[in-house]
Amino acid sequence: MIQQERMIVVRQSEIAQHIFELTLQGQIVQDMNPGQFVHIRVSDSFEPLLRRPISISNIDKETGEATVIYRAEGRGTQILSQKQVGDEVDVLGPLGNGFPVEATPEGGTALLVGGGIGVPPLYELSQQLNARGIRTIHVFGFSTKDVCFYDDQFSTLGDTHYVTVDGTKGTKGFVTDLLEELKPEFDVFYACGPLPMLRALENFYPDKTGFLSFEERMGCGIGACFACICKTTDQTDKDYVKVCSDGPVFPKGVVEL
Amino acid sequence: MSRLSIQLPGLDLKNPIMPASGCFGFGKEFSNLYDLSKLGAIMIKATTVETRLGNPTPRVAETAAGMLNAIGLQNPGLEMVMKNELPYLERFDVPIIANVAGTTTEDYVEVAEKISEAPNVKALELNISCPNVKHGGITFGTDAVVAKELVEAVKKVSKVPVYVKLSPNVTDIVGIAKAVEAGGADGITMINTLVGMRLDERTGKPVIANGTGGLSGPAVKPVAIRMVYEVYKNVNIPIIGMGGVTNAQDVIDFMSAGASAVAVGTANFVDPFVCPNIIEALPARLEELGVQRIKEIIGRSHL
Repeated sequence: MIQQERMIVVRQSEIAQHIFELTLQGQIVQDMNPGQFVHIRVSDSFEPLLRRPISISNIDKETGEATVIYRAEGRGTQILSQKQVGDEVDVLGPLGNGFPVEATPEGGTALLVGGGIGVPPLYELSQQLNARGIRTIHVFGFSTKDVCFYDDQFSTLGDTHYVTVDGTKGTKGFVTDLLEELKPEFDVFYACGPLPMLRALENFYPDKTGFLSFEERMGCGIGACFACICKTTDQTDKDYVKVCSDGPVFPKGVVEL
Repeated sequence: MSRLSIQLPGLDLKNPIMPASGCFGFGKEFSNLYDLSKLGAIMIKATTVETRLGNPTPRVAETAAGMLNAIGLQNPGLEMVMKNELPYLERFDVPIIANVAGTTTEDYVEVAEKISEAPNVKALELNISCPNVKHGGITFGTDAVVAKELVEAVKKVSKVPVYVKLSPNVTDIVGIAKAVEAGGADGITMINTLVGMRLDERTGKPVIANGTGGLSGPAVKPVAIRMVYEVYKNVNIPIIGMGGVTNAQDVIDFMSAGASAVAVGTANFVDPFVCPNIIEALPARLEELGVQRIKEIIGRSHL
Protein backbone atom coordinates (compact mmCIF):
# COMPACT_ATOMS: atom_id res chain seq x y z
CA MET A 1 0.00 0.00 0.00
CA ILE A 2 1.19 3.52 -0.79
CA GLN A 3 1.82 5.57 2.32
CA GLN A 4 3.26 8.93 3.19
CA GLU A 5 5.68 8.91 6.06
CA ARG A 6 8.32 11.11 7.64
CA MET A 7 11.18 8.66 7.59
CA ILE A 8 14.30 9.13 9.70
CA VAL A 9 17.79 9.44 8.22
CA VAL A 10 19.92 6.61 9.66
CA ARG A 11 23.04 7.05 7.53
CA GLN A 12 24.18 9.13 4.59
CA SER A 13 27.51 9.19 2.82
CA GLU A 14 29.10 10.01 -0.54
CA ILE A 15 30.19 6.64 -1.96
CA ALA A 16 31.50 7.88 -5.32
CA GLN A 17 31.82 11.23 -7.06
CA HIS A 18 28.45 13.01 -6.46
CA ILE A 19 26.89 9.60 -5.70
CA PHE A 20 25.18 9.41 -2.29
CA GLU A 21 23.95 6.44 -0.29
CA LEU A 22 21.07 7.35 2.03
CA THR A 23 19.49 4.95 4.52
CA LEU A 24 16.05 5.77 5.90
CA GLN A 25 14.02 4.11 8.60
CA GLY A 26 10.25 3.79 8.71
CA GLN A 27 7.13 1.64 8.39
CA ILE A 28 6.99 1.96 4.60
CA VAL A 29 9.96 -0.41 4.36
CA GLN A 30 7.74 -3.40 5.22
CA ASP A 31 5.90 -3.08 1.89
CA MET A 32 8.92 -2.60 -0.39
CA ASN A 33 9.96 -4.84 -3.27
CA PRO A 34 13.05 -4.74 -5.50
CA GLY A 35 12.70 -2.34 -8.43
CA GLN A 36 10.15 -0.12 -6.72
CA PHE A 37 10.91 3.51 -5.93
CA VAL A 38 10.19 6.15 -3.32
CA HIS A 39 9.08 9.71 -4.05
CA ILE A 40 10.98 12.07 -1.79
CA ARG A 41 10.10 15.64 -0.86
CA VAL A 42 13.49 17.14 -0.13
CA SER A 43 12.17 20.33 1.47
CA ASP A 44 9.02 21.38 3.30
CA SER A 45 9.08 24.68 1.40
CA PHE A 46 7.86 25.26 -2.18
CA GLU A 47 11.44 25.27 -3.41
CA PRO A 48 11.78 22.83 -5.02
CA LEU A 49 8.09 22.02 -5.29
CA LEU A 50 7.92 18.49 -6.66
CA ARG A 51 9.09 15.22 -5.17
CA ARG A 52 12.12 13.33 -6.48
CA PRO A 53 11.65 9.71 -7.57
CA ILE A 54 14.56 7.51 -6.41
CA SER A 55 14.85 3.75 -6.77
CA ILE A 56 15.31 1.51 -3.75
CA SER A 57 18.69 -0.26 -3.59
CA ASN A 58 18.42 -2.18 -0.30
CA ILE A 59 15.49 -3.33 1.82
CA ASP A 60 15.97 -4.55 5.39
CA LYS A 61 12.59 -5.42 6.86
CA GLU A 62 14.06 -6.56 10.19
CA THR A 63 15.57 -3.17 11.01
CA GLY A 64 12.92 -1.28 9.04
CA GLU A 65 15.63 0.40 6.98
CA ALA A 66 15.78 1.03 3.26
CA THR A 67 18.65 2.47 1.26
CA VAL A 68 18.57 4.62 -1.84
CA ILE A 69 21.54 5.60 -3.99
CA TYR A 70 21.29 8.77 -6.06
CA ARG A 71 23.40 11.25 -7.96
CA ALA A 72 23.34 14.72 -6.39
CA GLU A 73 23.28 16.65 -9.63
CA GLY A 74 20.20 18.86 -9.59
CA ARG A 75 18.78 21.27 -7.04
CA GLY A 76 16.58 18.71 -5.30
CA THR A 77 19.11 15.94 -4.89
CA GLN A 78 21.73 18.45 -3.68
CA ILE A 79 19.38 19.47 -0.87
CA LEU A 80 18.75 15.79 -0.10
CA SER A 81 22.49 15.16 0.12
CA GLN A 82 22.69 17.70 2.99
CA LYS A 83 20.37 15.68 5.25
CA GLN A 84 21.97 14.62 8.50
CA VAL A 85 21.47 11.55 10.68
CA GLY A 86 18.26 12.00 12.67
CA ASP A 87 16.65 14.39 10.14
CA GLU A 88 13.14 13.61 8.92
CA VAL A 89 12.43 13.13 5.23
CA ASP A 90 8.92 13.20 3.72
CA VAL A 91 8.61 9.99 1.70
CA LEU A 92 5.75 8.68 -0.43
CA GLY A 93 6.01 5.02 -1.26
CA PRO A 94 6.66 2.36 -2.11
CA LEU A 95 5.65 3.23 -5.67
CA GLY A 96 5.47 1.32 -8.93
CA ASN A 97 5.89 -2.31 -9.86
CA GLY A 98 9.31 -3.84 -9.34
CA PHE A 99 11.33 -6.69 -10.83
CA PRO A 100 9.65 -10.13 -10.83
CA VAL A 101 12.20 -12.35 -9.05
CA GLU A 102 10.00 -15.40 -9.66
CA ALA A 103 10.46 -15.04 -13.42
CA THR A 104 13.83 -16.80 -13.11
CA PRO A 105 13.50 -20.52 -12.28
CA GLU A 106 15.12 -21.64 -9.02
CA GLY A 107 18.57 -22.96 -9.72
CA GLY A 108 18.71 -20.84 -12.85
CA THR A 109 20.91 -17.91 -13.81
CA ALA A 110 19.95 -14.26 -14.12
CA LEU A 111 21.88 -11.59 -15.98
CA LEU A 112 21.69 -8.14 -14.35
CA VAL A 113 22.66 -5.24 -16.57
CA GLY A 114 22.96 -1.73 -15.17
CA GLY A 115 24.02 1.62 -16.53
CA GLY A 116 25.25 4.41 -14.24
CA ILE A 117 22.65 5.49 -11.70
CA GLY A 118 20.46 2.62 -13.00
CA VAL A 119 22.65 0.14 -11.10
CA PRO A 120 21.25 0.68 -7.54
CA PRO A 121 17.89 -1.17 -7.80
CA LEU A 122 19.78 -4.21 -9.12
CA TYR A 123 21.46 -4.61 -5.71
CA GLU A 124 18.30 -5.55 -3.83
CA LEU A 125 17.22 -7.62 -6.83
CA SER A 126 20.50 -9.54 -6.84
CA GLN A 127 20.23 -10.26 -3.11
CA GLN A 128 16.68 -11.58 -3.49
CA LEU A 129 17.59 -13.70 -6.53
CA ASN A 130 20.57 -15.19 -4.69
CA ALA A 131 18.34 -15.93 -1.68
CA ARG A 132 16.20 -18.04 -4.03
CA GLY A 133 19.20 -20.05 -5.18
CA ILE A 134 19.57 -18.19 -8.45
CA ARG A 135 23.03 -17.45 -9.80
CA THR A 136 23.53 -13.83 -10.81
CA ILE A 137 25.91 -12.33 -13.35
CA HIS A 138 26.37 -8.56 -13.13
CA VAL A 139 27.38 -6.42 -16.10
CA PHE A 140 27.61 -2.72 -15.34
CA GLY A 141 28.45 0.27 -17.47
CA PHE A 142 29.62 3.61 -16.12
CA SER A 143 30.99 6.75 -17.74
CA THR A 144 34.20 6.65 -15.72
CA LYS A 145 35.87 4.95 -12.71
CA ASP A 146 35.14 7.80 -10.28
CA VAL A 147 31.37 7.28 -10.42
CA CYS A 148 31.45 3.48 -9.92
CA PHE A 149 30.16 2.07 -6.63
CA TYR A 150 29.25 -1.16 -4.81
CA ASP A 151 32.01 -3.24 -6.43
CA ASP A 152 32.49 -5.32 -3.24
CA GLN A 153 28.77 -5.67 -2.57
CA PHE A 154 28.01 -7.06 -6.02
CA SER A 155 31.15 -9.21 -6.19
CA THR A 156 30.07 -11.22 -3.14
CA LEU A 157 26.77 -11.99 -4.87
CA GLY A 158 28.08 -13.11 -8.27
CA ASP A 159 30.47 -12.52 -11.16
CA THR A 160 30.67 -8.77 -11.69
CA HIS A 161 32.01 -7.15 -14.86
CA TYR A 162 32.58 -3.49 -15.65
CA VAL A 163 32.74 -1.42 -18.76
CA THR A 164 33.43 2.31 -18.81
CA VAL A 165 33.10 4.79 -21.65
CA ASP A 166 36.65 6.05 -21.06
CA GLY A 167 38.14 2.66 -20.18
CA THR A 168 39.23 3.70 -16.66
CA LYS A 169 37.57 0.65 -15.09
CA GLY A 170 37.02 -2.71 -16.78
CA THR A 171 36.92 -2.73 -20.53
CA LYS A 172 36.31 0.34 -22.67
CA GLY A 173 32.99 0.83 -24.44
CA PHE A 174 29.34 0.04 -23.70
CA VAL A 175 27.61 -2.87 -21.97
CA THR A 176 26.71 -4.55 -25.26
CA ASP A 177 30.43 -4.54 -26.25
CA LEU A 178 31.20 -6.40 -23.03
CA LEU A 179 28.29 -8.82 -23.46
CA GLU A 180 29.55 -9.60 -26.96
CA GLU A 181 32.88 -10.54 -25.44
CA LEU A 182 31.56 -12.43 -22.38
CA LYS A 183 28.72 -14.29 -24.09
CA PRO A 184 27.13 -15.14 -20.71
CA GLU A 185 24.73 -18.07 -20.41
CA PHE A 186 21.56 -17.14 -18.52
CA ASP A 187 17.78 -17.70 -18.32
CA VAL A 188 16.39 -14.21 -17.75
CA PHE A 189 17.88 -10.71 -17.89
CA TYR A 190 16.99 -7.69 -15.77
CA ALA A 191 18.15 -4.21 -16.72
CA CYS A 192 18.04 -0.62 -15.53
CA GLY A 193 19.77 2.28 -17.19
CA PRO A 194 19.55 4.95 -19.89
CA LEU A 195 17.25 4.42 -22.87
CA PRO A 196 20.01 3.76 -25.44
CA MET A 197 21.27 0.94 -23.21
CA LEU A 198 17.81 -0.59 -22.85
CA ARG A 199 17.27 -0.34 -26.60
CA ALA A 200 20.62 -1.98 -27.34
CA LEU A 201 19.85 -4.81 -24.91
CA GLU A 202 16.47 -5.53 -26.40
CA ASN A 203 18.06 -5.83 -29.82
CA PHE A 204 20.96 -7.86 -28.45
CA TYR A 205 18.75 -10.52 -26.83
CA PRO A 206 15.69 -10.76 -29.10
CA ASP A 207 14.81 -14.29 -27.96
CA LYS A 208 15.43 -13.98 -24.22
CA THR A 209 12.96 -13.16 -21.45
CA GLY A 210 13.90 -9.80 -20.01
CA PHE A 211 12.64 -7.02 -17.75
CA LEU A 212 13.57 -3.38 -18.22
CA SER A 213 13.29 -0.57 -15.69
CA PHE A 214 12.59 2.87 -17.20
CA GLU A 215 13.19 6.43 -16.16
CA GLU A 216 11.01 9.36 -17.22
CA ARG A 217 10.41 12.85 -15.86
CA MET A 218 7.65 12.43 -13.24
CA GLY A 219 5.12 14.63 -11.55
CA CYS A 220 2.94 12.85 -9.03
CA GLY A 221 4.49 9.36 -9.08
CA ILE A 222 1.12 7.66 -8.59
CA GLY A 223 -0.35 7.70 -12.11
CA ALA A 224 -2.53 10.79 -11.89
CA CYS A 225 -0.68 13.53 -13.78
CA PHE A 226 0.14 11.79 -17.09
CA ALA A 227 3.63 13.27 -17.23
CA CYS A 228 5.62 10.03 -17.58
CA ILE A 229 3.82 8.44 -20.49
CA CYS A 230 5.61 5.98 -22.82
CA LYS A 231 4.30 4.70 -26.13
CA THR A 232 3.77 0.95 -26.33
CA THR A 233 4.51 -1.56 -29.08
CA ASP A 234 1.92 -3.67 -30.91
CA GLN A 235 2.56 -6.43 -28.37
CA THR A 236 0.10 -4.89 -25.90
CA ASP A 237 -3.50 -3.73 -26.21
CA LYS A 238 -2.69 -0.45 -24.46
CA ASP A 239 -1.87 2.73 -26.38
CA TYR A 240 0.49 3.94 -23.67
CA VAL A 241 1.83 3.09 -20.23
CA LYS A 242 2.72 5.28 -17.27
CA VAL A 243 6.27 4.68 -16.06
CA CYS A 244 5.37 5.53 -12.44
CA SER A 245 2.35 3.33 -11.83
CA ASP A 246 2.38 0.75 -14.66
CA GLY A 247 6.18 0.45 -14.40
CA PRO A 248 8.91 1.43 -13.83
CA VAL A 249 9.70 -2.21 -14.72
CA PHE A 250 8.15 -3.59 -17.90
CA PRO A 251 8.66 -6.91 -19.64
CA LYS A 252 10.88 -6.56 -22.70
CA GLY A 253 8.92 -5.52 -25.78
CA VAL A 254 6.13 -3.57 -24.07
CA VAL A 255 7.55 -0.05 -24.38
CA GLU A 256 8.41 1.36 -27.80
CA LEU A 257 12.13 2.09 -27.72
CA MET B 1 -26.13 22.03 7.92
CA SER B 2 -22.52 21.49 8.67
CA ARG B 3 -20.05 24.22 9.24
CA LEU B 4 -18.31 23.61 5.91
CA SER B 5 -21.28 22.91 3.63
CA ILE B 6 -21.86 25.03 0.54
CA GLN B 7 -24.76 25.01 -1.92
CA LEU B 8 -24.09 25.90 -5.55
CA PRO B 9 -26.05 25.34 -8.76
CA GLY B 10 -26.29 21.55 -9.12
CA LEU B 11 -23.82 21.00 -6.31
CA ASP B 12 -24.59 20.12 -2.73
CA LEU B 13 -21.10 20.30 -1.26
CA LYS B 14 -20.34 18.89 2.20
CA ASN B 15 -17.27 21.08 2.13
CA PRO B 16 -15.88 23.57 -0.40
CA ILE B 17 -12.81 21.49 -1.33
CA MET B 18 -12.42 19.65 -4.63
CA PRO B 19 -9.47 18.42 -6.67
CA ALA B 20 -9.02 20.45 -9.86
CA SER B 21 -9.38 18.91 -13.29
CA GLY B 22 -6.21 17.37 -14.67
CA CYS B 23 -4.66 16.99 -11.23
CA PHE B 24 -6.65 13.98 -10.09
CA GLY B 25 -7.07 11.78 -13.18
CA PHE B 26 -10.46 10.10 -12.88
CA GLY B 27 -9.96 9.55 -9.16
CA LYS B 28 -8.93 5.90 -9.22
CA GLU B 29 -5.32 6.44 -8.10
CA PHE B 30 -6.41 8.56 -5.15
CA SER B 31 -9.18 6.14 -4.15
CA ASN B 32 -6.41 3.72 -3.15
CA LEU B 33 -5.14 6.36 -0.73
CA TYR B 34 -8.28 7.73 0.97
CA ASP B 35 -12.08 7.67 0.88
CA LEU B 36 -13.13 10.00 -1.94
CA SER B 37 -16.47 10.60 -0.18
CA LYS B 38 -14.56 13.01 2.07
CA LEU B 39 -14.28 15.47 -0.83
CA GLY B 40 -16.73 18.27 -1.58
CA ALA B 41 -16.69 17.31 -5.26
CA ILE B 42 -14.32 15.94 -7.89
CA MET B 43 -13.44 17.74 -11.11
CA ILE B 44 -12.46 14.90 -13.41
CA LYS B 45 -9.84 15.08 -16.15
CA ALA B 46 -10.94 16.80 -19.36
CA THR B 47 -12.98 14.56 -21.63
CA THR B 48 -13.06 14.89 -25.41
CA VAL B 49 -15.19 13.07 -28.01
CA GLU B 50 -12.32 10.88 -29.19
CA THR B 51 -9.39 9.29 -27.37
CA ARG B 52 -6.50 11.73 -27.06
CA LEU B 53 -2.96 10.52 -26.53
CA GLY B 54 -1.64 13.94 -25.59
CA ASN B 55 1.67 15.65 -26.28
CA PRO B 56 5.18 14.19 -26.58
CA THR B 57 7.36 14.03 -23.43
CA PRO B 58 8.86 15.81 -21.53
CA ARG B 59 5.48 17.16 -20.53
CA VAL B 60 6.34 18.75 -17.20
CA ALA B 61 9.07 21.04 -15.93
CA GLU B 62 9.58 22.33 -12.43
CA THR B 63 9.84 26.10 -11.92
CA ALA B 64 10.25 28.36 -8.92
CA ALA B 65 7.38 27.43 -6.55
CA GLY B 66 5.51 25.94 -9.46
CA MET B 67 5.53 23.72 -12.49
CA LEU B 68 4.81 23.88 -16.19
CA ASN B 69 2.79 21.18 -17.86
CA ALA B 70 1.78 20.41 -21.42
CA ILE B 71 -0.03 17.09 -21.13
CA GLY B 72 -2.32 17.91 -24.06
CA LEU B 73 -5.70 16.74 -22.73
CA GLN B 74 -4.78 13.06 -22.77
CA ASN B 75 -7.96 11.09 -22.02
CA PRO B 76 -9.62 7.84 -23.10
CA GLY B 77 -12.48 9.62 -24.89
CA LEU B 78 -16.18 10.15 -24.09
CA GLU B 79 -17.30 6.56 -24.57
CA MET B 80 -14.68 5.04 -22.25
CA VAL B 81 -15.16 7.76 -19.63
CA MET B 82 -18.91 7.02 -19.62
CA LYS B 83 -18.37 3.27 -19.59
CA ASN B 84 -15.47 2.91 -17.13
CA GLU B 85 -14.46 6.04 -15.26
CA LEU B 86 -17.77 7.56 -14.17
CA PRO B 87 -19.38 4.26 -13.05
CA TYR B 88 -16.30 3.55 -10.91
CA LEU B 89 -16.83 6.85 -9.07
CA GLU B 90 -20.48 6.01 -8.31
CA ARG B 91 -19.41 4.00 -5.26
CA PHE B 92 -18.41 7.25 -3.56
CA ASP B 93 -20.81 9.79 -2.10
CA VAL B 94 -19.38 12.72 -4.04
CA PRO B 95 -20.72 14.90 -6.87
CA ILE B 96 -18.68 14.88 -10.09
CA ILE B 97 -17.97 17.97 -12.14
CA ALA B 98 -17.16 16.80 -15.67
CA ASN B 99 -14.57 18.89 -17.50
CA VAL B 100 -15.60 19.13 -21.16
CA ALA B 101 -13.08 19.91 -23.91
CA GLY B 102 -12.98 19.91 -27.68
CA THR B 103 -11.74 21.57 -30.84
CA THR B 104 -15.09 22.66 -32.32
CA THR B 105 -18.43 23.80 -30.90
CA GLU B 106 -19.91 20.50 -32.09
CA ASP B 107 -17.33 18.59 -30.01
CA TYR B 108 -18.23 20.47 -26.84
CA VAL B 109 -21.95 20.02 -27.48
CA GLU B 110 -21.60 16.29 -28.08
CA VAL B 111 -19.55 15.65 -24.93
CA ALA B 112 -21.74 17.95 -22.83
CA GLU B 113 -25.00 16.37 -23.96
CA LYS B 114 -23.89 12.80 -23.25
CA ILE B 115 -21.75 13.22 -20.15
CA SER B 116 -24.42 15.34 -18.42
CA GLU B 117 -26.66 12.25 -18.48
CA ALA B 118 -24.35 10.29 -16.18
CA PRO B 119 -26.09 9.93 -12.79
CA ASN B 120 -23.15 11.21 -10.73
CA VAL B 121 -22.27 14.16 -12.98
CA LYS B 122 -23.89 17.09 -11.20
CA ALA B 123 -22.29 19.90 -13.18
CA LEU B 124 -20.12 20.54 -16.23
CA GLU B 125 -16.96 22.58 -16.40
CA LEU B 126 -16.43 23.92 -19.91
CA ASN B 127 -12.73 23.90 -20.62
CA ILE B 128 -12.26 26.93 -22.85
CA SER B 129 -8.84 27.63 -21.41
CA CYS B 130 -6.45 24.74 -22.02
CA PRO B 131 -3.24 26.37 -23.29
CA ASN B 132 -1.68 23.12 -24.48
CA VAL B 133 -3.67 22.06 -27.51
CA LYS B 134 -3.25 23.51 -30.99
CA HIS B 135 -6.91 23.89 -31.86
CA GLY B 136 -9.93 24.75 -29.75
CA GLY B 137 -9.46 25.07 -26.01
CA ILE B 138 -8.04 28.46 -25.29
CA THR B 139 -9.21 29.98 -28.59
CA PHE B 140 -12.74 29.78 -27.16
CA GLY B 141 -11.60 31.34 -23.91
CA THR B 142 -9.87 34.46 -25.16
CA ASP B 143 -12.67 35.91 -27.30
CA ALA B 144 -15.77 37.09 -25.44
CA VAL B 145 -18.14 36.67 -28.39
CA VAL B 146 -16.98 33.15 -29.19
CA ALA B 147 -17.08 32.16 -25.52
CA LYS B 148 -20.66 33.41 -25.12
CA GLU B 149 -21.84 31.51 -28.21
CA LEU B 150 -20.23 28.29 -27.00
CA VAL B 151 -21.91 28.57 -23.59
CA GLU B 152 -25.28 29.18 -25.25
CA ALA B 153 -24.86 26.08 -27.43
CA VAL B 154 -23.85 23.87 -24.51
CA LYS B 155 -26.59 25.21 -22.21
CA LYS B 156 -29.19 24.07 -24.77
CA VAL B 157 -28.17 20.42 -24.43
CA SER B 158 -26.80 20.03 -20.90
CA LYS B 159 -28.99 18.36 -18.27
CA VAL B 160 -26.92 19.85 -15.44
CA PRO B 161 -25.64 23.34 -14.59
CA VAL B 162 -22.72 24.59 -16.67
CA TYR B 163 -19.64 26.23 -15.17
CA VAL B 164 -17.04 27.80 -17.44
CA LYS B 165 -13.32 27.57 -16.72
CA LEU B 166 -11.64 30.85 -17.52
CA SER B 167 -8.18 31.43 -18.85
CA PRO B 168 -5.91 33.95 -17.14
CA ASN B 169 -4.13 34.48 -20.48
CA VAL B 170 -6.29 37.46 -21.43
CA THR B 171 -6.08 41.21 -21.04
CA ASP B 172 -9.60 41.58 -19.68
CA ILE B 173 -10.82 38.58 -17.68
CA VAL B 174 -13.86 40.51 -16.46
CA GLY B 175 -15.02 40.92 -20.07
CA ILE B 176 -14.89 37.17 -20.66
CA ALA B 177 -16.59 36.47 -17.32
CA LYS B 178 -19.44 38.84 -18.16
CA ALA B 179 -19.78 37.27 -21.62
CA VAL B 180 -20.15 33.71 -20.31
CA GLU B 181 -22.62 34.94 -17.68
CA ALA B 182 -24.64 36.56 -20.45
CA GLY B 183 -24.45 33.27 -22.36
CA GLY B 184 -26.22 31.55 -19.49
CA ALA B 185 -23.33 30.04 -17.50
CA ASP B 186 -24.39 28.90 -14.03
CA GLY B 187 -20.97 29.52 -12.55
CA ILE B 188 -17.32 30.27 -13.25
CA THR B 189 -14.24 28.26 -12.36
CA MET B 190 -10.93 30.09 -12.40
CA ILE B 191 -8.08 30.20 -13.09
CA ASN B 192 -6.60 27.75 -15.58
CA THR B 193 -2.81 27.78 -15.98
CA LEU B 194 -0.70 30.71 -17.19
CA VAL B 195 1.24 30.10 -20.38
CA GLY B 196 4.95 29.91 -19.64
CA MET B 197 8.25 28.51 -20.79
CA ARG B 198 11.42 27.17 -19.20
CA LEU B 199 14.71 26.88 -21.03
CA ASP B 200 17.34 24.20 -20.65
CA GLU B 201 20.41 25.79 -19.01
CA ARG B 202 22.87 24.14 -21.41
CA THR B 203 21.09 24.24 -24.76
CA GLY B 204 18.88 27.28 -24.31
CA LYS B 205 16.00 25.32 -25.81
CA PRO B 206 12.58 24.84 -24.16
CA VAL B 207 12.55 21.97 -21.66
CA ILE B 208 8.98 20.93 -22.49
CA ALA B 209 8.57 19.15 -25.85
CA ASN B 210 5.55 21.32 -26.63
CA GLY B 211 7.68 24.46 -26.16
CA THR B 212 5.25 26.24 -23.89
CA GLY B 213 3.34 24.84 -20.93
CA GLY B 214 0.81 25.94 -18.36
CA LEU B 215 2.23 27.35 -15.14
CA SER B 216 0.58 26.21 -11.91
CA GLY B 217 1.42 25.88 -8.23
CA PRO B 218 1.96 28.42 -5.42
CA ALA B 219 3.66 30.82 -7.86
CA VAL B 220 0.34 31.66 -9.56
CA LYS B 221 -1.77 32.22 -6.44
CA PRO B 222 -1.50 36.05 -6.35
CA VAL B 223 -2.64 36.24 -9.99
CA ALA B 224 -5.56 33.93 -9.28
CA ILE B 225 -6.64 35.84 -6.17
CA ARG B 226 -6.56 39.13 -8.06
CA MET B 227 -8.66 37.70 -10.89
CA VAL B 228 -11.24 36.09 -8.58
CA TYR B 229 -11.46 39.40 -6.72
CA GLU B 230 -12.14 41.35 -9.94
CA VAL B 231 -14.59 38.87 -11.42
CA TYR B 232 -16.56 38.60 -8.15
CA LYS B 233 -17.16 42.35 -8.24
CA ASN B 234 -18.58 42.17 -11.75
CA VAL B 235 -20.72 39.03 -12.07
CA ASN B 236 -23.61 37.54 -10.12
CA ILE B 237 -22.88 33.85 -10.68
CA PRO B 238 -20.78 31.84 -8.21
CA ILE B 239 -17.05 31.29 -8.63
CA ILE B 240 -15.04 28.17 -7.85
CA GLY B 241 -11.54 29.55 -7.26
CA MET B 242 -8.22 27.83 -7.81
CA GLY B 243 -4.56 28.54 -8.44
CA GLY B 244 -1.74 27.48 -6.11
CA VAL B 245 -3.88 26.29 -3.21
CA THR B 246 -1.88 24.15 -0.78
CA ASN B 247 -3.43 24.73 2.67
CA ALA B 248 -6.47 25.87 4.65
CA GLN B 249 -5.38 29.53 4.67
CA ASP B 250 -5.22 29.55 0.86
CA VAL B 251 -8.86 28.37 0.86
CA ILE B 252 -9.81 31.19 3.22
CA ASP B 253 -8.01 33.67 0.92
CA PHE B 254 -9.84 32.52 -2.23
CA MET B 255 -13.21 32.58 -0.48
CA SER B 256 -12.51 36.02 0.96
CA ALA B 257 -11.79 37.26 -2.57
CA GLY B 258 -15.14 35.92 -3.70
CA ALA B 259 -14.92 32.20 -4.41
CA SER B 260 -17.79 30.04 -3.12
CA ALA B 261 -15.70 26.87 -3.30
CA VAL B 262 -12.05 26.10 -3.97
CA ALA B 263 -10.23 23.60 -6.14
CA VAL B 264 -6.82 22.15 -5.35
CA GLY B 265 -4.58 21.39 -8.31
CA THR B 266 -0.83 20.92 -8.41
CA ALA B 267 -0.64 20.33 -4.64
CA ASN B 268 -2.18 16.88 -5.27
CA PHE B 269 1.03 15.95 -7.10
CA VAL B 270 3.21 16.99 -4.19
CA ASP B 271 1.04 15.61 -1.41
CA PRO B 272 -1.70 13.22 -2.58
CA PHE B 273 -3.43 13.59 0.80
CA VAL B 274 -3.63 17.40 0.56
CA CYS B 275 -7.41 17.61 -0.01
CA PRO B 276 -8.50 15.59 3.06
CA ASN B 277 -5.76 17.35 5.07
CA ILE B 278 -7.17 20.77 4.15
CA ILE B 279 -10.74 19.65 4.92
CA GLU B 280 -9.58 18.46 8.32
CA ALA B 281 -7.70 21.70 9.03
CA LEU B 282 -10.50 24.10 8.03
CA PRO B 283 -12.70 24.02 11.18
CA ALA B 284 -9.77 24.96 13.43
CA ARG B 285 -8.84 27.82 11.09
CA LEU B 286 -12.44 29.08 11.14
CA GLU B 287 -12.39 28.88 14.94
CA GLU B 288 -9.27 31.06 15.02
CA LEU B 289 -10.96 33.57 12.74
CA GLY B 290 -14.13 33.55 14.85
CA VAL B 291 -16.22 32.40 11.90
CA GLN B 292 -19.17 30.06 12.49
CA ARG B 293 -19.83 28.82 8.98
CA ILE B 294 -17.43 28.97 6.10
CA LYS B 295 -19.92 30.52 3.70
CA GLU B 296 -19.91 33.67 5.84
CA ILE B 297 -16.47 34.60 4.56
CA ILE B 298 -17.32 34.49 0.85
CA GLY B 299 -16.44 37.89 -0.59
CA ARG B 300 -15.46 39.43 2.75
CA SER B 301 -12.56 41.26 1.04
CA HIS B 302 -15.15 43.50 -0.60
CA LEU B 303 -17.05 44.53 2.52
